[in-house]
Amino acid sequence: MEIITFLEYTFIQKAFFAGSFVAIICSALGLFLVLRKMSLIGDGLSHVSFGAIALGLFFGSYPYYIAVPVVMIASLLILKISEKTKVYGDSAIGIVSAIGIASGVILASLSKGFNVDLFSYLFGNILAISTTEVILSIILSFIVLAVIYFFYWDLFSATFDEEYAKTTGVKTHFINTLLTLLTAVTVVLSVKMVGIMLVSALLILPAVTALQIAKGFKTSMIIAGFVSLCSVILGITFSFFLDLPTGATIVLINALFFGLALFYKKIT
Amino acid sequence: MDIILEVKNLNVKYEQTEALQNVSFAIERGDFVGLAGPNGGGKTTLAKTVLGLINEYSGEIYFFGKKQKNSDYFKKVGYLPQKQSSINQLFPVSVGEIVLLGLLSQKTMPKFFTHTDKKLINTTLSKLGILELKNKMFSELSGGQQQKVLLARALASNPEILILDEPSTALDPASREDFFKIIQTLNQEFKTTIILITHDTGYIGQYANKLLYIDRKVLFFGKISDFCPHSDINSCFEKNEHHIIWHQHK
Repeated sequence: MEIITFLEYTFIQKAFFAGSFVAIICSALGLFLVLRKMSLIGDGLSHVSFGAIALGLFFGSYPYYIAVPVVMIASLLILKISEKTKVYGDSAIGIVSAIGIASGVILASLSKGFNVDLFSYLFGNILAISTTEVILSIILSFIVLAVIYFFYWDLFSATFDEEYAKTTGVKTHFINTLLTLLTAVTVVLSVKMVGIMLVSALLILPAVTALQIAKGFKTSMIIAGFVSLCSVILGITFSFFLDLPTGATIVLINALFFGLALFYKKIT
Repeated sequence: MDIILEVKNLNVKYEQTEALQNVSFAIERGDFVGLAGPNGGGKTTLAKTVLGLINEYSGEIYFFGKKQKNSDYFKKVGYLPQKQSSINQLFPVSVGEIVLLGLLSQKTMPKFFTHTDKKLINTTLSKLGILELKNKMFSELSGGQQQKVLLARALASNPEILILDEPSTALDPASREDFFKIIQTLNQEFKTTIILITHDTGYIGQYANKLLYIDRKVLFFGKISDFCPHSDINSCFEKNEHHIIWHQHK
């Protein structure tokens, strides 16, 4: 009975709806990022989104409208720094991420009015997701999924063997840029769900869980999607009934799946 | 004379080091060219530049009579990289999927594979005698099997020219012999032009008809018999020692 009442709450329905879409795109993109050893880009971009959301709040605009383009630009900046200068990719992520956090702190200090709003993004709250955010999450998730679908084999080839992919005419630079931009959009969408501090877990954990047990790339994608989706649904449900923070609960359930996958791998 | 690949005055620089200096040669259809030279002599750099993996160079490269940079030469070129160096070994991928990647060069956006493509993969795998590996995971295969799978990937698009970078390094002697025989069959029966970078100079002597010997510059390019008379070919090549050609040349 309690479950039925729980499912009737509009905010729970919105959380399930938006959370499911974001969970699926995080798992799909996460698999490519993990296999390309780019997992930390999610962490770096989530820090940038802190600054970008602060910028949105500072100008009194809807934070996502500013955060999506700013984080996309930051992701391109990370690529450019690592390509055009003598700076490794992880250092480039560190630089841009630090600038993001520092800008957010400065803006928060200057405004003195939106600190509570801004800091709520640090740990996220999907139960407080607005209708606009749900619609935005669904539209952007569809765009991300469509791009993955149409560029699937190019992404696959460039992830498996980038050098060989180039020799078959795959525009690997374009593919890398595309992957980074998609990650930027996904990170911003995930911030509301699990918060800036935990976004990278949503990208990494389902992927590494799937990689422990899956045979084949498509199976990995399906398992990662299933784990991510289950974690979000169970996370929202448990956090509601046990009165726990939703984002952290989602991440810990993801981590539990990872532990189970490791155990399964060991006994088989 | 049907020239498939022509390189004119090619120069490649890494920082301050000249990796290739004024390299020029032309390869004809059906040639089996052994590309040899000392370590650091620019063999892999030459292959990568020709394949478009290194874009900063001076000089000219022509594939099938067209400038490399303005053509879709990659549709007719197969490549087997060195020692699976750039491959992501953690990637959960089946043999069938890997070989499909060789057909990407034939696709335009949106790139999807058809039933015909999948049949073609079976044909390629059968040609190399590894059809039974199709559904196996790449990471579960031996070094020799992995090398054959990557050769199948290079051959999937039925290329006119095949560039192989030290394909036999990771192979045991039996697999090596087997591998070279496959390459020879491709060259003789299917008229595929071969450029083979190798330290196995013994095998070059045995299978290739031309030798391109470089040490940043071209030191020799021509018929193997011109480099080393047929009567001496055993002493030139059969010892299978690194750099034997270099010593002979000196």
